[in-house]
Amino acid sequence: MNRNMNVAARILGAYAVIYVAYLYVPVLFLPLFSFNDSIYISFPLRGWTLKWYQTMFANEALHRALVNSLKVGMMTALISTILGILGARAVTRYQLPGQKPVVAMIMLPLVVPEIILAMAMLIVILRMGGSLGLVSIAAGHVLICVPFAMVVLMSRFEGFDRSLEEASYDLGENAWWTFWRVTFPNVLPGIVASLLLTFTISFDEFIMAFFLGSTNPTLPVFMWNQLRFPKLLPGVLALGACILIASVFIVLLAEWFRRRNTSETQTGDMTIG
Amino acid sequence: MADAFIEIASVSKSFGSVTAVDNISLSIRKGEFFSLLGPSGCGKTTLLRILGGFETPSDGKVMIEGQEVTHMPAHLRSTNMVFQNYAIFPHLNVEQNVAYGLRQQKLSREAQAEKVSAALAMVQLEGFEKRGADEMSGGQKQRVALARALIKRPKVLLLDEPLGALDKKLREEMQIELRILQQQVGITFVFVTHDQEEALTLSDRIAVMSEGRILQNAPPREIYERPCSRAVADFIGQMNLLDGVVASVDEQISVSSAALGPVSVGSNNQTVRTGDAVTLAVRPENLSLSDVPTPGGLAVTLKASAYFGDTTHYRVNPLEGDGSTLDVSQQDYQGSDRSGDQAWLHFDSSNFLLLKD
Amino acid sequence: MIRPQFLGGCFDSAGLMNNATSKPLDRLRSSLSRRPALRGYLLLSPTLGLVGALMCIPIMAMAVLSFWQQTGHMDFDMSGTVQNYVEALTRDMYRVLFLRSLGISGLTTLATVVMAFPLAYFIAFYVKRHKMVWIILVTLPFWTSYLLRVFAWKVILGYGGAVNSGLIALGAISEPLTFLMYNPTAVVITLTHAWATVAILPIYVSLEKIDRSMLEAATDLGDSPFIRFFRVTLPLALPGILAASVLIFIPTVGDYVTPSLVGGSDGYMIANVIQFQFGRGSNWPSGAAISLTSMTIVAVLVAVFVWSARRLSGRHS
Repeated sequence: MNRNMNVAARILGAYAVIYVAYLYVPVLFLPLFSFNDSIYISFPLRGWTLKWYQTMFANEALHRALVNSLKVGMMTALISTILGILGARAVTRYQLPGQKPVVAMIMLPLVVPEIILAMAMLIVILRMGGSLGLVSIAAGHVLICVPFAMVVLMSRFEGFDRSLEEASYDLGENAWWTFWRVTFPNVLPGIVASLLLTFTISFDEFIMAFFLGSTNPTLPVFMWNQLRFPKLLPGVLALGACILIASVFIVLLAEWFRRRNTSETQTGDMTIG
Repeated sequence: MADAFIEIASVSKSFGSVTAVDNISLSIRKGEFFSLLGPSGCGKTTLLRILGGFETPSDGKVMIEGQEVTHMPAHLRSTNMVFQNYAIFPHLNVEQNVAYGLRQQKLSREAQAEKVSAALAMVQLEGFEKRGADEMSGGQKQRVALARALIKRPKVLLLDEPLGALDKKLREEMQIELRILQQQVGITFVFVTHDQEEALTLSDRIAVMSEGRILQNAPPREIYERPCSRAVADFIGQMNLLDGVVASVDEQISVSSAALGPVSVGSNNQTVRTGDAVTLAVRPENLSLSDVPTPGGLAVTLKASAYFGDTTHYRVNPLEGDGSTLDVSQQDYQGSDRSGDQAWLHFDSSNFLLLKD
Repeated sequence: MIRPQFLGGCFDSAGLMNNATSKPLDRLRSSLSRRPALRGYLLLSPTLGLVGALMCIPIMAMAVLSFWQQTGHMDFDMSGTVQNYVEALTRDMYRVLFLRSLGISGLTTLATVVMAFPLAYFIAFYVKRHKMVWIILVTLPFWTSYLLRVFAWKVILGYGGAVNSGLIALGAISEPLTFLMYNPTAVVITLTHAWATVAILPIYVSLEKIDRSMLEAATDLGDSPFIRFFRVTLPLALPGILAASVLIFIPTVGDYVTPSLVGGSDGYMIANVIQFQFGRGSNWPSGAAISLTSMTIVAVLVAVFVWSARRLSGRHS
């Protein structure tokens, strides 16, 4: 029995290591070739260079795209987190009749193919005479970010004990002071995590930005447009590598905030079913 | 009541179609240790939360020291609460938790520190000032919650099953400490519990609750020795409850029960007429057994026994009865305690209580 | 300064407000405090309203549009016809694309779940310390750019890509392998990788939730570890497996990026034709009808799948 357990543990452990390698190695080809001194993305490697990064950073259009992405990302993060706070507070505090279908509806954008959501929004915007641009992209991003904000914040609010607020009232603080002295400090890490995660999602999102945007693209759309020109490909790799590193950094920061003061057992945050 | 400090007048509270508190009237005296006792769902916590200002009654009035507080919000009331799970703020340390309610008093740093250390000394938590909420045991959290509430010098301290989360030994220790503390500070305590032993030990007075109503409101001794109804008798301690019919009413009341035959009992303030169906109640410790036949002894068969250390419980079956069983608690029974053995049961009919429902 | 009061009001609990300033407000507050559900919905209404405005109304508009006919640029015959749906269901090209999309997604879902299960099992049952490190390690890629994760496979599988050039450099082949890219297999490989992280978490959570004493009980009652896995562990992990399957199957059916980058014309999926109809095809009603048809088909398939999986495992709830 014990020996069987050990063998199983070893096999599964080896599998886990291979699996993690499978997750990461393909993506690592992007930074690898971004340092390769060749316009062709192929082995053998020709030597080390930073010129693709230099040409990329010198590109004015890329600067504009980056600024666009930052604008959309911040708009999205702020709006979807505020909506997430309200929604998460409502469903964790009150027992709402019909809560399950209502929450399911808010979570629906997680599973509906983005292209369908994008096209449906496109119809409404153009039929109503609206124009496409950063605002319409942000609207699309808010729709797909609200479920994530809700999930992150709901797990934080659920861990937050209602009686803490009652204790504060009991000790003489009114609603305003109770919010600042008890509620806010306890949910703050969740709010920061939500801001960071929704920003990342928006920053990396392509479909909404592609179909709901104008000729003034965000970073992922800019990247997509570059793909048509093979000689620009190494520059795209360099840009991709930078975006990857930025995303990883922001997500790790978000995770750090999300797990602060919560026990290790709370891992069900991302389950939606 | 003239000396009522807290007056609850015809208070009801419903949640949707559920009536949690059903037209309760109650007075609590100043400095009293008052317990609300009952099984979970009997409305005791709701009543406590109404006193604290966390629920608004659907009907009725609440007065504290002659002032109506029915609709006064929690943060303006001079009551403080020790919550069931203690509600220690997880982002603050012990010192900051205890000082939480002092903000509005705008004390100097020194004055506040002095108050906090006095409060911590009172609950014997000196030296724990910088501990975090997650670095404390249940008993320590409970002390912090007490200090945090008492530092506000409340008129009434409300305690919602504060000992429920502690293990038996610690619970018994805290009971004694709580009682001493209450006498020390002289504050009125309203204490909610489902543990009857705890209520009997701690309280000056107990209100036994069931389904949103108060069944009996009396000092512990009276609750234990003279329960007013079958429900209270059943809930408090061990009690043999026997169905019977009133055979005759005289100075003494004669009740004939299928288990014991005719028994003469005192009236116990109950008015009954011949032919009424009643319940006879007798505590196991008021019955005794002997292993040899004695005059007046009732022949019984032993069914089972259970050893409790300070006493042993015997379950017996009267030979002539309808098959209903009685529990006897006795320390010094010498006979064999094998199932099926015969023994003789003794009782003093003055220990029997007559209950109408 | 309305904001602080507004926020304070939102975070106030039922029945604790007292500093009302006007009578109607007072009445509103007291009616809200008596009906907490109303209060809750008031709090939820901005979120709900936004989802309604950005999703429900557009989808309804799409439904209306799907019964029109395109007559010119942004001009429609609004008389109402089911022609678009008839075409969506009968034209061979659409049928091929529907079947291919469903097939690709089905295979992807199966591959992802099968590959993720042992890993989730390992983390749940064999990792004692640093569970969180493993969880973060396997979920981190989920938050990084989807476009880049797909793009990586173009770099790997492409004609002059990493695999081909690597094999040539090693002398294993002399001509690049053409079957690597621009076909449904490439799409399945890429999607499986891109969605891998979605499968792990739900399965892990359902495994982690299993009370360890239940497994001991099964052993105690005579099951070998192997039998026990099928009689206890797997049925209890089923909700996680179902959640993972649904979370992968539905979005991948409508994926656009992957078939566009690595699918080639043989790997086109239904999203490509939707995009075409709304773009160069200039037939919005047809695009709308295809979108809604594919959503309906997927919804029905998922419902049947979940229902039958629950039936098979003996749960009738």
